[in-house]
Amino acid sequence: MLKDVTLGQYFPGNTVVHRLDPRTKIILVIVYIVALFNAYNWYSYALVAAVTLGCIAASRIKPKTIMKGLKPLIIVIVLTALLNLFYTTGTPIVPGWIITWEGLKKAVLLVARIIMLIAGTFLLTYTTSPIALTDGLEILLNPLKKIKVPVHEMSMMMSMALRFIPTLTEETDKIMSAQKARGADFETGSLLQRARALLPILVPLFVSSFRRADELAVAMESRCYHGGEGRTRMKTLKYANRDLWALLLGAAFLAGVIALKKFGL
Amino acid sequence: MSEIKAEGLRHVYSVGTPFEKVAIDNINVLIPHGQLVGIIGHTGSGKSTFIQHLNGLLKPTAGKVCCDGQDINASKQITHDVRFKVGLVFQYPEYQLFEETVYKDIAFGPKNMKLSEGEIDQHVREAARFVGVDEELFERSPLELSGGQKRRIAIAGVIAMRPGVLILDEPTAGLDPEGCAQILQNICDYRRETGSTVILVSHSMDDVARIADRLIVFSGGGIFMDGTPQEVFSRPDELTDIGLSVPEPTAIAMALHRRGVELGSAVYTTEQLVSAVKALGKGASGC
Repeated sequence: MLKDVTLGQYFPGNTVVHRLDPRTKIILVIVYIVALFNAYNWYSYALVAAVTLGCIAASRIKPKTIMKGLKPLIIVIVLTALLNLFYTTGTPIVPGWIITWEGLKKAVLLVARIIMLIAGTFLLTYTTSPIALTDGLEILLNPLKKIKVPVHEMSMMMSMALRFIPTLTEETDKIMSAQKARGADFETGSLLQRARALLPILVPLFVSSFRRADELAVAMESRCYHGGEGRTRMKTLKYANRDLWALLLGAAFLAGVIALKKFGL
Repeated sequence: MSEIKAEGLRHVYSVGTPFEKVAIDNINVLIPHGQLVGIIGHTGSGKSTFIQHLNGLLKPTAGKVCCDGQDINASKQITHDVRFKVGLVFQYPEYQLFEETVYKDIAFGPKNMKLSEGEIDQHVREAARFVGVDEELFERSPLELSGGQKRRIAIAGVIAMRPGVLILDEPTAGLDPEGCAQILQNICDYRRETGSTVILVSHSMDDVARIADRLIVFSGGGIFMDGTPQEVFSRPDELTDIGLSVPEPTAIAMALHRRGVELGSAVYTTEQLVSAVKALGKGASGC
């Protein structure tokens, strides 16, 4: 059951979207979000939607997978839709009704915006390995070092956390199986009983996490890790031609959306 | 009585994702009551997946597992009850200790069986005796004991449910030779005194060769060989072909065979090797 966690899961592949430099992809996602929030009518939304669908198609990620990522947010989406539907003033659809044409339009567009926002950012995490992602972020945030932001430490912490998510998931699965083999029951009983049933999982999990953290620290120190200063990389990120093209296309896309807004189409 | 039967067992991990993988396929096995079965195979051969089906922790994608003629996945209640009949000790079980005291940790299983206080006490003391854990340790925290002691307490935690079938996944992994020998002795004693079925997963050929009645060799998600140690180790070349080692005495016999010295039938324990070599000596002097 723990294997169903898809947030931030990486699906290996070899498409153009996968091969783009992580920095390019992070910048493009920011461009995409700016464009999305500048889109305000049907035409600009249609353009954003076309680009979103095009990128998903190019990445060969199954639409079903993207939909699965949307599931946890369904309440937020439904709530947004309902609030906008009922609390927007304007011309009623049927005289006397509370639902207005303006409300309907706003609800549809906002829901589309949320869905595209999530789909776009998921595309980044689905097609970029977590390590590449943190590497890209670290380089992009490098200028912040000038104002004493510990960029390297933060990205090291992030990549370690990401690295250990699958390990901890596996460990949790194992511990759960072992306690189930001794007849532990995690599914029935009152809320309090179920909370107490978690104890046999949490205690071993914490014990092993601390042990692991200790071992990791020793392993890193014994290989002379002493922070980011003067540290070089085994795999340096390199921009390729396709990154230039992708960035140009991104800029054109943003310009298009803003133009549509300017001319009020 | 606990007889275990697997029919056409198949398990596929992560169905419908790019990580889909067939772990085991078409496994047919009958393990009668009281047998000591050794399961050997490479990492990824499907042996761990297989044993997790025997107490219902994993549900088969196809096929079924029966305990005493009853499908263990027939209902949730049956699956829950079968956990007490088929005790499974995972690899590195000491990492699953969680209670404040050794006594409480061993009592976790019996408590889940909803036994009375008196019965729990009886079960715990008996289990501790089987694995050679002193009652003095009962009030200590399990986390501050040595590796070997932790391992034995963790095994006691499963034995305390008095399962008719005891499954152990690599019970001796990571222990020193003395600790290994002790655990194996405990397992043999337990089986002799209770008459339970014992299934032992191991990659230490010497261990399983010495104590098992029957060996099941897994390879590539299927059963590669199934027979007595005598039968299995009489085909040592096939075992080395699938990347498994053979017991030391068998390896010596193979080396002798390559140099033209025949020891006769399969040799897999030190005693057999010694007597075979002695017999050879007698035969030679007789000439």
